[in-house]
Amino acid sequence: MPPQPRAALAGRELEMLTWTWCIPALPLAGFLVLAVFGGRFPRGATAAVGAGSVGLSFAAAAAASVLFILAPPAGGFSSYVLWQWINAGGFSPSLSFTIDALSVVMILVVTGVGFLIHLYSTRFMADEEGYSRFFAYMNLFVGSMLILVMASNLLLLYLGWEGVGLCSFLLIGFWYKDPENGRSARKAFIVTRIGDVSLAIGLFILATTLGTLDVKEIAQKATASWQVGSSLAVAVAALLLGGAVGKSAQLPLQTWLPDAMAGPSPVSALIHAATMVTAGVYLIARTNALFSLAPAVQMAVGIIGAAGVLVAGLSALTQRNIKRVLAYSTMSQLGYMFLALGIGAWSGAIFHLVTHAFFKSLLFLGAGVVILAVNHEHDIYAMGGIARKSPFTFWMFLIAAFTLASIPPTTAGFSSKDLILTLAWQSGGAGRVFCALGLAGVFITSVYIFRLVFIVFAGSPRAPASASAHGHAAGRDGTQAGAVMGIPLAILAVLCLAGGFLALPRDLGGSPYILRFLQTALPAGAIPEAPARTEWILQLISEAASLLGIPVAWLVYRRGRSSVPAPAAGVAHYLQNGWGFDWLYDRLFVRSFVWLARINTRDVVDRIFDGVGGLFMLLSRAFRWTQNGRVRWYAAGLAAGAVLIVAAVVLL
Amino acid sequence: MASVPFEYGLLLAGVLFALGMIGVIVRRNLLFILLCVEVMLNAAGLAFVVAGSRWGQPDGQVMFIFLLSMAAAEVAVGLALLLLHFGRKRTLDADQMKEGNAASAPGSAGREGA
Repeated sequence: MPPQPRAALAGRELEMLTWTWCIPALPLAGFLVLAVFGGRFPRGATAAVGAGSVGLSFAAAAAASVLFILAPPAGGFSSYVLWQWINAGGFSPSLSFTIDALSVVMILVVTGVGFLIHLYSTRFMADEEGYSRFFAYMNLFVGSMLILVMASNLLLLYLGWEGVGLCSFLLIGFWYKDPENGRSARKAFIVTRIGDVSLAIGLFILATTLGTLDVKEIAQKATASWQVGSSLAVAVAALLLGGAVGKSAQLPLQTWLPDAMAGPSPVSALIHAATMVTAGVYLIARTNALFSLAPAVQMAVGIIGAAGVLVAGLSALTQRNIKRVLAYSTMSQLGYMFLALGIGAWSGAIFHLVTHAFFKSLLFLGAGVVILAVNHEHDIYAMGGIARKSPFTFWMFLIAAFTLASIPPTTAGFSSKDLILTLAWQSGGAGRVFCALGLAGVFITSVYIFRLVFIVFAGSPRAPASASAHGHAAGRDGTQAGAVMGIPLAILAVLCLAGGFLALPRDLGGSPYILRFLQTALPAGAIPEAPARTEWILQLISEAASLLGIPVAWLVYRRGRSSVPAPAAGVAHYLQNGWGFDWLYDRLFVRSFVWLARINTRDVVDRIFDGVGGLFMLLSRAFRWTQNGRVRWYAAGLAAGAVLIVAAVVLL
Repeated sequence: MASVPFEYGLLLAGVLFALGMIGVIVRRNLLFILLCVEVMLNAAGLAFVVAGSRWGQPDGQVMFIFLLSMAAAEVAVGLALLLLHFGRKRTLDADQMKEGNAASAPGSAGREGA
């Protein structure tokens, strides 16, 4: 009997639903296996479990995505309740996963890019101690991140949110024997924690006022019961923004990200470029209904983003550490996403998140190969001439650099950044300012990334040490990245080249597939479509800015260290230190806190307990002589006591 | 039968008890301390018997039998401890018991060698 079309649809949907829990469960299972048995596994088995669990998770995610696209469930989403988590006083969040367009895109990015990075790590970390520990943490991270993006309610999202924060801490401090790495890990944890507390308070307010943390219910109830711009909506949106700012390393909580580069390169690629730091963008996109109710906060999102683009971009221009350049670049690109969120271009922000995941992880993985090739040297001024030694890595890095600078023929960065700039211009008002700042950012981006390319890959080796170090590394990666590390690079490079076809600009004959797909889950926004003329003029300006950046970078940096004039050197030093935010926070918060802690070590309450202790010490000293060990003394004491009691009874 | 006055009996018991107690405190020889404890026990027993005869109750004598058996048990344990102690320290001086362990007592080292 031929099945009814409707029944087939429901059957498929059901099939998809039963799979969804596998997606986060597989990496978590991998984590458990590695955490319990990892120490006894040979390296091959560890790698198989670590990368394999994420690979299977990617397969499950891909299957679920295909089913979702082929048979979109009614309403554009389907939720699958695993079990009731809490049920207290009408507040009953469940452990449930939602599959909609937004989470489909996110799980594909997390598992896809995550798998490539795991694969790369099996080789990259091959000589490191704690091989299984590394993969256990990485699996835990992927599992937590998947919980974060698939959660139906904000409480479960918060579980994943904290999970990824923990893994970030553990992996930044992976080489824990250097105390400096531990310090960086603590800094990342504490600074993001400030944002987490803000997010938690926001969730408390939502739970107490709306009685639910389910994302869909929040959107309905909030729009029904709150006025646009009401104080409660503004407070909640601002608190959620605080959480997003901490996680995504935006102003003013951005200081942890450059220090987070203390972790291994794959960690930087996975956590601090492709996935975790974009959780803030995801959170704002997920709760877009709340931000629409608080236009002032949404404007703040845009301002933070636009400021972040420039502040981080200029800092990236002056860094000496190859990974810190990329860290500031990440902050700058996240700024573009925040900018897009600020003007209500929700899908545009997510599209840039996706393309950013491709090119930034490629940059970090390429940088990892370079760092191995020069024997763990991070100073770009000590590198040089890598292009001749490792042509493959050079081409991969170059593709990523072109994508980051949004220059064709790479399409990914080009179409996503252009989309954001065009939408910003079209939204008018402050959007035009954002657009102008974004265009300035495009130029800065191009300069700093080609500065990196020219200094690292062009010229000749600068440091004498690197020549001998290269001999040591030659056996492993030498001039080539090696197949295991090379294949992920190549796949990411293809994604960089082709990723833009997901939504090519209209005037280039493209069609916004991914945007149309995302708009089944996110509101389309009220931005009027750009006339063709505006679109290509903006593209022209943006391209001109990008292309101009290359000769500028060549002129200034081709000889390695640029000879900047004296007044500019001071500015450069200031920018290199991240605009002095670390200095300021150290003075304002760290020192005052340490001072408080110091005066509080002898605190008043403690004195009471010390006093009680002292009193008993005194009593003990007073009566110590009675315990002299002489039996006859004790007998005499007993007798005297008895006589006293009898006398008291008789006389009184 | 002419009975001894009740007060005399109690007085005798009190005197015996005080003598025993003084003995315990004053004597340094462990054997004599044990003997003095026996004297004190018997003083208490005498008080029971006197009180029993005063009120014509058998309870006093019951208690005395109980006391006797208890004293026998006490002496058995006490003498065993005393012998053990003497075997180790070669002394019955109660004041020498201050340092619980013979080996760690510097004062008793000389005696042990003798």
